Order: sequence, then structure tokens, then C-alpha cells
Amino acid sequence: MSAASSDLLTLVAGIFGVLILASAIGYVLQQRLSPTGSNASIENLNARIKAWWIMVILIGIAFVAGRIGVLILFGFCSFAALREFVTLINTRRADHWALAAAFFIVVPLQYYLLWAEQYGIFSIFIPVYAFLLMPIISVLRGDTERFLIRIAEVQWALMICVFCASHVPALLTLNIPGYEGRNVLLIAFLVIVVQLSDVLQYVWGKLFGRTKIAPKLSPSKTVEGFAGGVISATLIGAALWWITPFTPVQAGLLAFVITLMGFFGGLVMSAIKRDRGIKDWGNLIEGHGGLIDRLDSVVFSAPIFFHIVRYWWSL
Amino acid sequence: MTDFIAKAAAATIVVFARAVTAVRAIWSEEGLPSRPCIYFANHSSHGDFVLVWAVLPPRLRRQARPVAGAEYWLKSPLTRFIGSDVFNAVLIARDRDKRTEDPVAQMTSAIDAGSSLILFPEGTRNQSDARLLPFKSGIFHLATARPDIELVPVWINNLNRVMPKGEIVPIPLICTVTFGGALRIQPDETKDAFLERMQTALLALSPKPAGSGE
Repeated sequence: MSAASSDLLTLVAGIFGVLILASAIGYVLQQRLSPTGSNASIENLNARIKAWWIMVILIGIAFVAGRIGVLILFGFCSFAALREFVTLINTRRADHWALAAAFFIVVPLQYYLLWAEQYGIFSIFIPVYAFLLMPIISVLRGDTERFLIRIAEVQWALMICVFCASHVPALLTLNIPGYEGRNVLLIAFLVIVVQLSDVLQYVWGKLFGRTKIAPKLSPSKTVEGFAGGVISATLIGAALWWITPFTPVQAGLLAFVITLMGFFGGLVMSAIKRDRGIKDWGNLIEGHGGLIDRLDSVVFSAPIFFHIVRYWWSL
Repeated sequence: MTDFIAKAAAATIVVFARAVTAVRAIWSEEGLPSRPCIYFANHSSHGDFVLVWAVLPPRLRRQARPVAGAEYWLKSPLTRFIGSDVFNAVLIARDRDKRTEDPVAQMTSAIDAGSSLILFPEGTRNQSDARLLPFKSGIFHLATARPDIELVPVWINNLNRVMPKGEIVPIPLICTVTFGGALRIQPDETKDAFLERMQTALLALSPKPAGSGE
């Protein structure tokens, strides 16, 4: 067995252990406090844990399937996230072809470029080509009503849901000396640290949260939750150094950066939800809301993580 | 054999509709009537009844028949197959002068045979900026003929953005189908009062338009 797959196996065993523990706690809480399903927070907690099992298993299958599995998984995530985003933006009939192009050309092409390992065009395809061509497709219909808002929102949707999200599987294309064949573990590191940071912020906040950190944006986020979550996720990141090409200190620093990006990404996406008068982005994942609700922090941290690793570690 | 192809086609259409729209039903608190009833919905796309059909629980789905315009659905062999065989639609002639059968009689006989109906009382697809077109009187005559039948308002949201009239490529957007509580015609209710009440009940289910947050 190669080092990569034995590390992956250890990691999966660890994650399953955590999930089994979480399910056991959820079960005991339900038996004690909510035997009839009357306590909404406990029911939501259990729905979330159940959804985590499914997400972990899906990611696990993608990892086993290799590069193509990971690309397909994140390609579908981009598609579903874009669908949630575009549902909430201002579009008019004149944008029909531009939107069709976004879903059926831009998404597949962005992931195809990763498959073909064409990093140059991958990194500018959406910020340059889609940015220029999408408004051209829209303008051909001659509808100027709210034109700037419409094209800006579509571009934002593409940047967040496709461009930024595709930087998670882009980690597979990095060529790090001494780390060959193990890049999938970088994805695991990013996703585990960011998602655990979200979960730990929630847990610390529920246990000790007193002071609201951004009452206008997200009434459930507290200073105590933020500090506890970021510190504990940073420590967990440092403790996961063995799956990365980093030293423990470097792993901790990177974990710190991505948890911060994840936190602020969550705030930005909350602000958009407030603006549109909704609570969740969708209903795809039971207990969590939409896919973007779960992915927002990963999306904000992935490009930064990618570029830091690419600049300092990759050839 | 035709039956098998029709079932497979229905399943394919439902899977496709779900894949594009991730459609989600929002049920009323009192649930759906278990007896045959009339689902009446807003109409903005040819796919409307597919979405209602797709979200109904299988048992209720089997007894639900859409009411659709014969002119459109009998136009070609393919639309005829989809309309009659796949969705078992009650096809009514909209053109008063050309029709041989009374639409209300067609609908009541379907109800008497134990079917539920999916009805679009606006009569035609709404292409205007108004949220709802004035209802045609068919639903009133139907309710008068079968005063015990329950009428369930159903608001289909966003499908008009998925595939506006004249477009051929659907845009994936999330759609919802909201079911209201069951209503009945009241004794001595006038046509205008009844239609007004039904329109109000349906409009009450419509959410604020998406993307209006400026």
C-alpha cells in the first residue's frame, strides 16, 4: 500500500470515528431531551450529522475514484451552487442565452481545463473570457433594463460558484517535490480544516457564546464561537501536518489563514442572503440548507490556499 | 408495450424536471386530500403540470390527470403520445365553435371515474407581467356540477424563468410548488365571488419575486 492511500485510510478511519461519536452524542441528546422530536435544535443537529455522513461518503467515493471522481464531484457542486445563486439574482429574458452558456459551457469547460491541466487558461477563463463574453451575449438582445446589475450578478455568481470552487480540485494539479501522488490529501486538509472550523465555531458558540460578533449579518455568530473555533481548527490543522507537505507550524499557519477566510466568506454570503431576504440558499442538504450554505467558507478559502501552496511549495 | 414506453417516458421526464429545477414541494399544514380533488395552479410554462405531477406522492400522482388544451397536445404524434399516453391528460377543446364535447362534462366524468385533476384556470400561459390572469369560468361550472369536490390551490414558482416562451434550452433554477389548504364552493356562491375567492387563495401562496431585493 502506498503512503498516500495508507494516510488516506487513517484519515477516513479518524473521520468515521468523529462521526460515530457525533451520532452517539446526537442519539443520547435526542433520547434525553427530545424523545418526541420537540426540540428543534436537537432535531436539526441530528439532521446535520446525518447529512455529514452522506457528504463524507460522497467525498470518500470521489477520492477512491481518483482525479476524475474529484473533478466530477466538484463539477456537480459548482452546477448546483450556481443554480442556487442564479435563482436569487436579477435576470431577464434577455439573459437566457448568457445563463445557458454559464451552466452548459462555462462550468464543464472550467473543469475540463483542470482535467487537461491547462493552468494558464484555467486561471483566466472566467475572470477574462467569461467576463467579457457573457455581457456581449446578453447585450445582443438589446434589453438595457438594469443591465449593469444583471451582468455584474451573473459574473459574481460564476466567480464564486465556479471559479473559486474549482480551486479545490485544482490542488490536484500542483507539482510538489516529494509529495507526488498525494495531492488528494491537500483537498482533504483544506476541506476538513474549514468545515471543522465551521462546526467548532457553532459548538463553541452554542456552549459559551455571549457576545454577538456581527449582529446585523449573522445573529448566531459570536466572538466566543469565532475565537474558539478558529483556535481549535488551527490546532487541528497543525495536528494534521502529516498528511501535508508542510511542517506542523506551517500547517497551523495555513489552517489559521483558511479558517479566517472561511469565517469572513461566511459573513459575505450571509450579507447576500440578508439582501435577498432569505435564510438559506436552498434545501439540498437536510439540516444545513442549500449547498452554498455548506460550501461558502470553502469557496472563499480555496483560491487563497491554492495560491499560497502554489507559490511556496509547488514547482 | 405502449404502456411500458409511456411509463418509462413519464419517469424520464420527471427525472429530467427534477435534475433541472431541484423542485421542492411546500405542503399546507392540513396536508393533501386523500380523496380525488382538483389541483388548480398558475400557468406560465408547458412544464407546469409536470412539476405538480413530479412532487405529488406516488399514490396521489397515479390518480392525477392534467387538463390541457387539445389543440396543442394533438398537434403531432409526439405531443399526442406525451399528452394522452404518458400523462393521461383530459384533453379539452378550447375553441368554442369547433368542439364536439363539453369540457365541463369531460372533467366531471374524469372525476366520477376516481381521478384528480390538475387544472390551470387562467386558460392559457401567462406571458404578461401580472402575477395571475383572470380565471376562466370552467372551474366554477365544474365546482357547481360537483359541489363536494375539494379544490387545492397550487402555486408554481420560477418555472417561467427556467424556460420562457420561445426558448428551447432550459436554465437550471430552483423551483418550488406550494400547496394551499383545500377549498370548496359555498352554497349559493356567485360565479364572480367564487372565482375571486379562488384567485385570492392562489395568489396568497405566491412568494415575493426572486431577485427583487434592491
